[in-house]
Amino acid sequence: MFARAAEPFSIESFLAEEQSKDLLRFTTAGSVDDGKSTLIGRLLYDSKAVYEDQIRAVKRASAGELDLALFTDGLRAEREQGITIDVAYRYFATARRKFIIADTPGHEEYTRNMATGASTADLAIILIDARHGVQPQSRRHAFIAALLGIPNIVVAVNKMDLVDYSHAVFLAIEREFRPLHPRAWFVPISAREGDNVVRPSRRMPWFQGPALLEYLETVPLASTGELSGPGFFRFPVQRAIRTNHGFRGYAGQIAAGLVRPGDEVTALPSGRRARVKSIETFDGRLNEAAAPMSVTLTLDRELDISRGDLLTAGDPPQVARSFAARAVWMHADPLTPAKPYLLKHTCQTVSATVSAVRSLEGDTADRLALNDLGVLAIETSRPLYFDPYGRNRATGSAILIDPHTNATIAALMLVGAEGVGQAVPPADRRMTGKTACPTPVTLLERASRFGHGPAAIALRGSAARKLERLLFDRGANVAVLTHWDDAARVLVESAGLLALVTGHSHALPSPGALPADDDAAAAKALAFLLETGIL
Amino acid sequence: MIALSHLQRLEAESIHILREVAAEFQRPVMLYSIGKDSSVMLRLAQKAFHPGPIPFPLLHIDTGYKFHEMIAFRDQQAARIGIQLLVHTNRAALAGTNPFRVGVSRCCQLLKTQALLDALREGGFDAALGGARRDEEKSRAKERIFSVRDASGQWDPKNQRPELWNLYNSRIRPGESIRVFPLSNWTELDVWQYIHLESIPIVPLYFAALRPMLVRGDTLLSPEQPFIPTLPGEKPRLVRCRMRSLGCSPCTGAIRSDADTLPKIIAELISFRRSERENRVIDHDVEGSMELKKREGYF
Repeated sequence: MFARAAEPFSIESFLAEEQSKDLLRFTTAGSVDDGKSTLIGRLLYDSKAVYEDQIRAVKRASAGELDLALFTDGLRAEREQGITIDVAYRYFATARRKFIIADTPGHEEYTRNMATGASTADLAIILIDARHGVQPQSRRHAFIAALLGIPNIVVAVNKMDLVDYSHAVFLAIEREFRPLHPRAWFVPISAREGDNVVRPSRRMPWFQGPALLEYLETVPLASTGELSGPGFFRFPVQRAIRTNHGFRGYAGQIAAGLVRPGDEVTALPSGRRARVKSIETFDGRLNEAAAPMSVTLTLDRELDISRGDLLTAGDPPQVARSFAARAVWMHADPLTPAKPYLLKHTCQTVSATVSAVRSLEGDTADRLALNDLGVLAIETSRPLYFDPYGRNRATGSAILIDPHTNATIAALMLVGAEGVGQAVPPADRRMTGKTACPTPVTLLERASRFGHGPAAIALRGSAARKLERLLFDRGANVAVLTHWDDAARVLVESAGLLALVTGHSHALPSPGALPADDDAAAAKALAFLLETGIL
Repeated sequence: MIALSHLQRLEAESIHILREVAAEFQRPVMLYSIGKDSSVMLRLAQKAFHPGPIPFPLLHIDTGYKFHEMIAFRDQQAARIGIQLLVHTNRAALAGTNPFRVGVSRCCQLLKTQALLDALREGGFDAALGGARRDEEKSRAKERIFSVRDASGQWDPKNQRPELWNLYNSRIRPGESIRVFPLSNWTELDVWQYIHLESIPIVPLYFAALRPMLVRGDTLLSPEQPFIPTLPGEKPRLVRCRMRSLGCSPCTGAIRSDADTLPKIIAELISFRRSERENRVIDHDVEGSMELKKREGYF
């Protein structure tokens, strides 16, 4: 809802305007008292997304001046405690764009809630209190945002009014945070006073950028369709649709890419191929459809396809019963290795066990508790057909369910087939912000600068030299190692190195059989690094 | 390259949810309240399973106090689409119950909440689709799309399952059920735009017309039910008005309006500064009343 000038209203022009509007989903993260609820209240209030009766109710409940946080602090329990306890969704629109906010709380339960909000977000706003600067929690927020693959990060330095709108304070925070997320956009605001939230502030003439809302209205969104590369198509089948008149189609939501009648697709797990005969919808047949549309496909021949199968084109997905996944543990019951869990991935649910755990906080661990981050080695009763989460969220994500309590206990970001887990060594404690930082350069800073975390793959020597050049030119922190042992591992993990190991190293992942030509081999190995999410 | 509008994205998400419900539950049902949101949800169900039939019935909880025009519209729509329509009324309670005799919240509790729980239990339904949206009310903002209710139909806002990506956990224990809200991310304006773009039929009460109303300050009350107490000398007056949301006639206030077409309704809406539930008497009890109702099992 937004206010409009009292001009003659033309529904046609209004609807045309509305049709051109896209949708930005964003999430907000901040520590307790960073003013997050106040910021959201300010966005809703100043963009006129709250109604008069709601304003009256908040005025009644406010002590003194209008307490903007009350627009969003919904539930009785949290109002009694004075904190938000869960993810809440808010909606507002401007003349340019529609917005969905996933508002997540700032207290210690925030990891799981932030992960939930982040899973569907195009953008994250990380709030930092100007008086307190970058906190360990801020680092963790940046880390979770990166883990969940949020494309855009905004760092809003709030409460500028309490530091006399000091440019120096803002610059110091920007300098400290920048290495955590080199592409983040920084804005100094006062949510309480309204500076740079909806309107540019006159009290910070040193800031040249737009106000936060204008940035949200104009930040480019990843476009649908060809996002994952030409010819790349993923369609998890939700349901077969049959009618008495002999119609047989496959209903689902396109998870990646674009499809047209005549395209050849492969059905997994059968591996059989067919051409798309038509794209059926209630509104008629379509000439093309792209992610994330929900459509029904018919094929030119009968394949035995049912729910949970995947129609695919382009680079084949990984097919594996055991694979590595990054995890956010979301339940008070800790992980029990070897316990049978259920895993839901796209439209299929399979049995799964976790055989090895590595905490993102540190060493190998055999348990993961509420709000912990880790890397799991997972085995499933049936193969999954998936893409690394870094390549495609919809076919790279999964949830773990406890079959006894039915609780959703973990969010999984699939990394790759078995062995790739080796390439995902533990991040050190400094990375996740849980403990103090003993050395000046953190692993996350290294990863942010080089575009990769510590990893090692096995490769023949001549191809490794070619690949070293390619990776160096891309800005990677790369080195060729002739052998792999504990000392090499420590070096790789502490320096955030991407190691190409040419010696005897069966324990390491490798790109498989390589072409004889070294350039071609290096190109294939590079593709492997991208595919597995190492790069 | 296909650029999707926000409505196309919302539609795609809702269709995905409806198909998940049909695929993962033994015995789902769609709660049909006859309002504009139900009308949109019904159209989305047609889209989700086209060219096949909608694979679940509609269930209407009839309190006995719905507007007559709503009931006529309901029967006409079900016949037109060719879908099975179930109607449930708490007949045992109806005789002595009306909002003026027992109070609004008790009346709702018996004729809506209790009736709904009875109907779901008697029908053996394990999933109930509802047209609620998160933008309607603050306590709804935290509602999941798949929302588990315990064996007594109650909602525990402190013990909700996290919901990530579009991966919905539909697992329940015997006796539990799940309420599913495919329109969670739609706003009131989205719903009206969609009704307009898709030419979805809605109850005529949404359009402004001259109607006999009891005028009490800002409140316009329908005299349709004979038990509505009147003040000495009070008579219904013809007022040009419409309903912004639909419910029971004794508890749904009309608004003065000239909006007799969808474009005019949308124009009115975007100039509006009051939330749609304001004219619903049921929300006037106490702040946080919706959350209390939901904890008890109200939809």
